[in-house]
Amino acid sequence: MGAQLRLLRRRIRSVRSTAKITRAQELIASSRIIKAQQRMEAAVPYEREITRAVSAVLSNSAEIDHPLTVAKERPASAGVLIVTSDRGFAGGFNANVLREAEALAGHLRGRGLEIKPYVVGRKGITWHRFRDREMSGEWAGFSDNPTYAHAKEIAQSLVAAFSDDNGIDEIHVVHTEFRSMLTQEVRAKRILPLEVEETTEEPAGGPLPYYEFEPTAGDVLNQLLPRYIESRIFNALLQSAASEHASRRRAMKSATDNANELIKVFTQQMNQARQAEITQEISEIVGGANALADASAGKE
Amino acid sequence: MAKLRIGVVSPEREIWSGEADMVIAKTVDGEIGIMPNHAPVLGVLVEGGVLRIKRSEGGDIAAAVHGGFLSVADNDVSVLAESAELGSEVDVAEARDALQRALASVDASAEDEQAQIAAKRARARLRAAGEEV
Repeated sequence: MGAQLRLLRRRIRSVRSTAKITRAQELIASSRIIKAQQRMEAAVPYEREITRAVSAVLSNSAEIDHPLTVAKERPASAGVLIVTSDRGFAGGFNANVLREAEALAGHLRGRGLEIKPYVVGRKGITWHRFRDREMSGEWAGFSDNPTYAHAKEIAQSLVAAFSDDNGIDEIHVVHTEFRSMLTQEVRAKRILPLEVEETTEEPAGGPLPYYEFEPTAGDVLNQLLPRYIESRIFNALLQSAASEHASRRRAMKSATDNANELIKVFTQQMNQARQAEITQEISEIVGGANALADASAGKE
Repeated sequence: MAKLRIGVVSPEREIWSGEADMVIAKTVDGEIGIMPNHAPVLGVLVEGGVLRIKRSEGGDIAAAVHGGFLSVADNDVSVLAESAELGSEVDVAEARDALQRALASVDASAEDEQAQIAAKRARARLRAAGEEV
C-alpha cells in the first residue's frame, strides 16, 4: 500500500472519531436545553409575583428611602457580575460575554469608576487569572445547572459589598439572554441601585391596590428588595445556562458537519490515490509481460 | 361565595395553585387568616411556618413555607416562598432525622443560628405533614 493511501486512511480515522465526540456533545446539549428552558419557565411565576410585590410597596409608600434604591452622590467603584460557563466547546459564548464585559468596563472607567469584577464560571475566572486581574468574587461549578441557593450566595455577597461604605457603589450584570434556540444575546444591565421609575402608566394586570403591610412598609421592603435581587441574579444564571447549552449545540453541530465534509473530501482523495496505484500496477504488469513476451519471441 | 385564587411559588417551581375558601399563614406579626374579599395585604412570612389552605372540596392542604411573602389583592393570594414543600411531599423520616441533627447542634452551642433555623424548618415540615412535634 502506498504511503499516501496510508496517510489518508489515518486522517479519516481521526476525523471520524472527532466527529463522534462532537456529535455526542451536540446531542447532550440539545437534551439539556429543554431542561434548562423548563427551569427558566418554572421560575417565571415567582419573578412575576416578586416584581409585582416590589412595585406595590414602592408605589404605596410616599418616600422611597431604602439604601438599595438610593444612588450614591459620588460613586467611586462599580461591581460587574460576569456570567460565563464552566466548560468551553460552546463557540463564541464566553468570548462574547467577556467582550461585552470589557466594553462595559471601559464605559464605566470613562465615568471615573473603579471596576471590581465578580465572575461566575470557570472560563471567566481563568480569563481573569491569565491577565492577572484581581477578582472581588468568583464562583464556579454550576454554570450549566444553577440552583437558587447559588443565586442567593452571589446576591448576598454583592448586596453586602454594596451596603458596605468601602464596598461598591453600583452593580452591573453581564450575561447572555436566551431569546430562542437560535438567538442568544449578551446583555449588560445595572441591577443596583434599583431604578425607581415614576410612571403614570398602569402596570401590567391593572392598577395596584392600596396594601396594608405586615408589619410595616419599610420592613417589608427591607425583606423584599434582597429577595428581588436574588431573583434577578437567578434569572441571569438560568438564562445563561440555557444559552450555554444552545450555543454549545450550535457549535458542535457545525463541528460535526465540518468533520463529515472533511471525511467526504478525504475519502475521495483516498479513492483517487488507490485507483492511481492500481492503474500503475496494471501498467507495470502489462509492461513486464510484454517485455517477457518480446524476450521469448526473440529466442525462438 | 367568591373564592380565593391561590398560587404558592418558590423561585425554582410553582408548588401549588388553585382555588380555596381560606388561607392561614404565619407572618412575623402573628397568624393571619385570609378569606375572600380581604383587603390587600403584603406581609413577611416567618421562617419555618405552616401555610394552611382550606377548601370546601378536595380537602385541606398544608405546606411548610420557609421565609418569603404573602400578598393578597382582589381575591388573588400569592405566597412567595424562598423554599416550600407540600405536606404530602414531605419525607417524614428524613425530616425527623433533620430535626434530631439540628437539635443536637443547638444543644452543642446555643448560638448556632443555622441549626436553630434548620430545627424550625424541620418542625414546620413535620407539622405540614400532619405529624406531632
